[in-house]
Amino acid sequence: MKATPALLRPVELLGGGAVSVVEALGRFGAFFLEAVVVLFTPPFKIRAFLDRIHYIGYRSLLIILLTGAFTGMVLGLQIFITLSRFGSEAFLGPAVALSLIRELGPVLAALMVTGRAGSALTAEIGIMRITEQIDALTVMALNPMRYLVVPSVLAGLLTFPLMTALFDVIGIFGGYLVGVRLLGLSAGTYFGEMQTFVALEDIMTGFWKSVSFGVIVTWVATYKGFHVGHGAEGVARATTQSVVLASVLILVWDYFLGSVLP
Amino acid sequence: MIQIEALTKSFRGQSVLRGVSLTVPTGAITVIIGRSGGGKSVLLKHVIGLLRPDSGRVLVDGEDVTQLSGEALDRVRRRYGVVFQGGALFDSLTCGDNVAFPLREKLRLPRRDVGPRVEAALAQVGLEGVGAKYPAEISGGMRKRVAIARALVTEPEIIFFDEPTTGLDPILVNTIHRLIRALHERYHFTAVIVSHEIPSIFEIAHRVAMLGDGRIVEEGPPDTLQASANPLVQQFIKGEPEP
Repeated sequence: MKATPALLRPVELLGGGAVSVVEALGRFGAFFLEAVVVLFTPPFKIRAFLDRIHYIGYRSLLIILLTGAFTGMVLGLQIFITLSRFGSEAFLGPAVALSLIRELGPVLAALMVTGRAGSALTAEIGIMRITEQIDALTVMALNPMRYLVVPSVLAGLLTFPLMTALFDVIGIFGGYLVGVRLLGLSAGTYFGEMQTFVALEDIMTGFWKSVSFGVIVTWVATYKGFHVGHGAEGVARATTQSVVLASVLILVWDYFLGSVLP
Repeated sequence: MIQIEALTKSFRGQSVLRGVSLTVPTGAITVIIGRSGGGKSVLLKHVIGLLRPDSGRVLVDGEDVTQLSGEALDRVRRRYGVVFQGGALFDSLTCGDNVAFPLREKLRLPRRDVGPRVEAALAQVGLEGVGAKYPAEISGGMRKRVAIARALVTEPEIIFFDEPTTGLDPILVNTIHRLIRALHERYHFTAVIVSHEIPSIFEIAHRVAMLGDGRIVEEGPPDTLQASANPLVQQFIKGEPEP
């Protein structure tokens, strides 16, 4: 092959980089499409699905409850201070609820689960890859997607909205503790105004966000686990990439959905 | 019969297989020997359909597995049992569940039939009573034997062993070799063993092929190979360092 002239080498590097990015995106998309095809083809692995609900959902409960409570408390405190400057403390309830339900609940819950379960999922599947456990499934004529990817994505789809709902409820209660119990707002004002201002479409916005985050986090985590490099270093790198990529995608997708949904 | 024809494979420009041709007779134990990093496991992965060659064919009873995918490839794989280098046991399952896994998932046997077959498979490899333990709780030699039990439990026609004795002491090496021979005498499966356990592997092999420099440099019955005038073969058998 003829060597590239020195002047054209940067162009060649740029082109090579672009091709790599497009290839990686193609693999990422094809991985998801294969998972969707397997999802609708029996047999369905109910036991693996229940295990993943436990792994992603149940084991993330404590961190969701903790972060939800403190997020609500911080919101209660900061929004109360801001509203009191305009004499509008009565709107503390709806302000806390809307912030949590529309935005902070889905995003923070997803980021927390990414850190806890997404990273663990990538590491687990990555170790299965480097110790040939995934190859063992393949040579048994069993599709690893059916056992490892589909149950995880389905579990993400189910558990993320539930965990977000829990995050929202605990957060609203945290706001109540600070706003009502600590700063003296009446409980009737806090909850009454909330019922007036929070509409079903706000709840649905949060719901659709959490559903899509559930898919994004589990998709990224399983993909990175499947395509891990060599040895312990490869697993460590894949785990880091999984958390960073999922977190960035959550924020980008959140902005996109926030612009599109009512 | 497995026929490997002019198989070539390169990774990032580095040639690993440079035209490997080999015939594995049905019902015999064929051992592939060669230096570490010489491409033995890569060759095995081509036969079981985990890697695609750059060129060449792998015919299993006349069917080219390098051209198969999806259900057609799975149909061939259902005839296989594979013992991986590290055992590749599912570490989230107990040893018993590992052995039961292909029965439940691959053969879809009813629950009442699985238990007795798992116990029988574990007993065959001398591991009665370890079914409830996890792979992390048993020794390396026991893990290899559980892996053999898992590969054998579905009674496959062809079993591939990828360095089944690596990392074991000489007594365990001989134990595993005798186990493979005893199981072969009982089930008459076709066995392909990748190994560099010289000379003990010669005791169980019907045919031995040596892979060197990306090609099969010598093949035949163990006696023929041991008497070979090929300097590469003699160097490997005697374990002589590079000049």
